[in-house]
Amino acid sequence: MKSSIAATIFASCLFVGLPTTTVAGSEDVVVENAWSRASIGINRPGAAYMTLRNTGTDPVTLVGLETPLAMMPDIHETKTDANGVSSMAPAGEIMIPPGESVSLEPGGLHAMLMRLQTKMVEGETFPLTLNFADGGTRTVDVPILGIAARGPEG
Amino acid sequence: MNRRTLLTYGAAIAGVAALTLFIGWWRVDGPGAPEPVAQRPLPLTQMEFQMTDQDGATVGPETLLGNPSMAFFGFTYCPDVCPTTLSDISGWLDDLGDDVADMNVVFITVDPERDTEAAMAEYVSYFHPAIQGWSGTLSETARAAAGFRASYEKVVTEGDDYTMNHTASVFLFDVEGQFAGTVDYHESREFAVPKIRRILTRAEEDTS
Repeated sequence: MKSSIAATIFASCLFVGLPTTTVAGSEDVVVENAWSRASIGINRPGAAYMTLRNTGTDPVTLVGLETPLAMMPDIHETKTDANGVSSMAPAGEIMIPPGESVSLEPGGLHAMLMRLQTKMVEGETFPLTLNFADGGTRTVDVPILGIAARGPEG
Repeated sequence: MNRRTLLTYGAAIAGVAALTLFIGWWRVDGPGAPEPVAQRPLPLTQMEFQMTDQDGATVGPETLLGNPSMAFFGFTYCPDVCPTTLSDISGWLDDLGDDVADMNVVFITVDPERDTEAAMAEYVSYFHPAIQGWSGTLSETARAAAGFRASYEKVVTEGDDYTMNHTASVFLFDVEGQFAGTVDYHESREFAVPKIRRILTRAEEDTS
């Protein structure tokens, strides 16, 4: 009897130790330093920034975004050419190689939040869901900082 | 070697030298010169445009003369580059402290259709108090950009919306309105602040 209890405990420990999903890759993504700027009203698009770190052994691909805050969230990239002219365009899918990080930061990649449903108010947060190519998702709470914020520290 | 041979050699050398100089001129300054990539902005005294500032006052390049100036183009519907530029500039101004009291800092919109005087006033109010917001008609905006040798372009995006591509550099001018350099988009503070300090110091030397 005693040994069967021990066996059950042992078995359940094993079970807990196993991955709870068959999705490979995206559960190894760590999201750090997420932040965004407050908006003036809802007519202007917002932007959110963060660092995605792939701690796993397989490449992970970010394919899209979802949030109740904006009807059309998408990853965009700002580029500045040799003449100093900046332009912005959808960045498409973002591949994060194993062991590496991809930063969404001012002047580069950013989560562009088009068609805001509500005003982005300083001090609040909003949920942003990252969709990965393997079917996995990750929802992060993005803090809203002031309009003049320069980074995750404000 | 007789005199005649010497003369021949001399003439040949002179000829080669002249040809080299000519080729050099042709390729650098002459018709063979490559198109300049980005031209320097005109002095403020040679620019002509009229706009309205965030308080409704009529302003133009002549408004800036007499103090050192910093001017840049953008639009308030820009989610990334423009708030970043304005907050970078706010940070530089904070670093410079009281030294910037007399400096003109002007944000000129390339999107006057959406950036009305009221929109500019609200937008600049969130950044350093020295930053002014200028807007003009479409044609005055074009004249301003031409003077600064800046470019901008309306780009239609998904869902009948549009964004603006634009020159993101910050232009510096001295008290007399002479172009004094640029700070590139997102240039780090340790490079930007000394550049600005240089035109401020020059302004002090001029007045003392």
